[in-house]
Amino acid sequence: MWLINSTVGRKVVMSVTGVALVLFLTFHMAMNLVALISAEGYNMICEFLGANWYALVATAGLAALFVIHIIYAFWLTVQNRKARGNVRYAVEERRKDKVEWASQRMLPLGIIVILGLGLHLAHFWAKMQLPEIMHMSGAHLDAATMANVTNGVYHIQVTFSCIINVVLYLVWLAALWFHLNHGFWSAMQTLGWNNQVWLNRWICISKIYTTIVVLGFAAVVIAFYVQSLMGGCGACC
Amino acid sequence: MDKNISFTLKVWRQAGPKAKGAFETYQMKDIPGDTSFLEMLDILNEQLIEQGKEPVVFDHDCREGICGMCSLYINGHPHGPATGATTCQIYMRRFKDGDVITVEPWRSAGFPVIKDLMVDRSAYDKIMQAGGYVSVRTGQPQDANAILIPKQNADEAMDAASCIGCGACVAACKNGSAMLFVSAKVSQLALLPQGRPEAARRAKAMVAKMEELGFGNCTNTRACEAECPKCVSITHIARLNREFIKAKLAD
Repeated sequence: MWLINSTVGRKVVMSVTGVALVLFLTFHMAMNLVALISAEGYNMICEFLGANWYALVATAGLAALFVIHIIYAFWLTVQNRKARGNVRYAVEERRKDKVEWASQRMLPLGIIVILGLGLHLAHFWAKMQLPEIMHMSGAHLDAATMANVTNGVYHIQVTFSCIINVVLYLVWLAALWFHLNHGFWSAMQTLGWNNQVWLNRWICISKIYTTIVVLGFAAVVIAFYVQSLMGGCGACC
Repeated sequence: MDKNISFTLKVWRQAGPKAKGAFETYQMKDIPGDTSFLEMLDILNEQLIEQGKEPVVFDHDCREGICGMCSLYINGHPHGPATGATTCQIYMRRFKDGDVITVEPWRSAGFPVIKDLMVDRSAYDKIMQAGGYVSVRTGQPQDANAILIPKQNADEAMDAASCIGCGACVAACKNGSAMLFVSAKVSQLALLPQGRPEAARRAKAMVAKMEELGFGNCTNTRACEAECPKCVSITHIARLNREFIKAKLAD
């Protein structure tokens, strides 16, 4: 199977899963923005994407994308370190004008993104879709938990009234920005969809696109933090 | 005339492929700025021979930037601080009086050290043997206008063909990947009508050989392109990927 056995194939898997995850982030960001416009509208989306069969299938697919992307990342890194050899250079310099900072650090940035994802799942998924699934499979959960499983706005308000969460999320988003900045055009390059003209175009498109996506996420975090300050419970945590 | 400079040279010395290597420090005095880097090493070696010591082993041949034989990793860059130039095209006037200049061999699992600064780059020959050629019988040379080739393709093929196979791309790559070299060798033929009939087989065979020989996976950091003495572009890697993916999908 060339997607496993060949170097280009493995990179194709990274690219395809990566682009799919970028698309997911785009939809996620668009849905988050609804929370800024209408709390009711946002909660309707939360209900729509609760423990319904289609949402569960999509969640499983999404989890698979993450897992494949992460497994391949570690696998490729191990191979690449081996290919580099045992002896490292004593002096190593990069031409910084040509070599992006992020491109040399995709794995560490990716690890920050996973850690952030873990936190994010604990803040939202574990309080929304997970209790619903547990409830449906017969577990007894207290009424307070069940009352808020589709009340996304409530969870956003609770999470982002805490300055620590706000800072952690912003750090997470910054790491994501760097990761996607390289990842986006790199995926196009790996899929062979690149040439002399499009190389710079893709790099420019990556910057603009990832900035829009990350700013969309950050806007919700900051808006709800500011809202919590104005509501007078800025120190809830 | 350039001034003479004195500097400290740290050179990687390694007795053989299996031996443990280490840096040795040499003080170089009054070296004229017009001396090329390799001539400077010649001066060092003459001094070492006079002292009854073993000279430093390093690869070199044409000394005019076209053979791809020289291969030193100088102060953190393959082929030294200049861009678009090989080691033999570096002159000592680039360095300052009192500098510490560190010279290392290419470091990659695909290019094991033979001795001192000389590495075994026969892996590149093996990759070429796997498919880096046109095996059709072309017969007598045809008139130049018999096969029409768009100017852009001819130019890009020529750019790819400027690769001298020195291995700087592998030396620069944090993943020890030879994709820039392989892509240049695939591109120079894939862009031309004579290379098309075997394009799919060539891409598959050369990529497979590259991997078999222990080179890493490309992560598009562009370090290779930045250090390539012939400024070969990573867009050739995109072409290689395209050729390879098309070939695999066709299978």
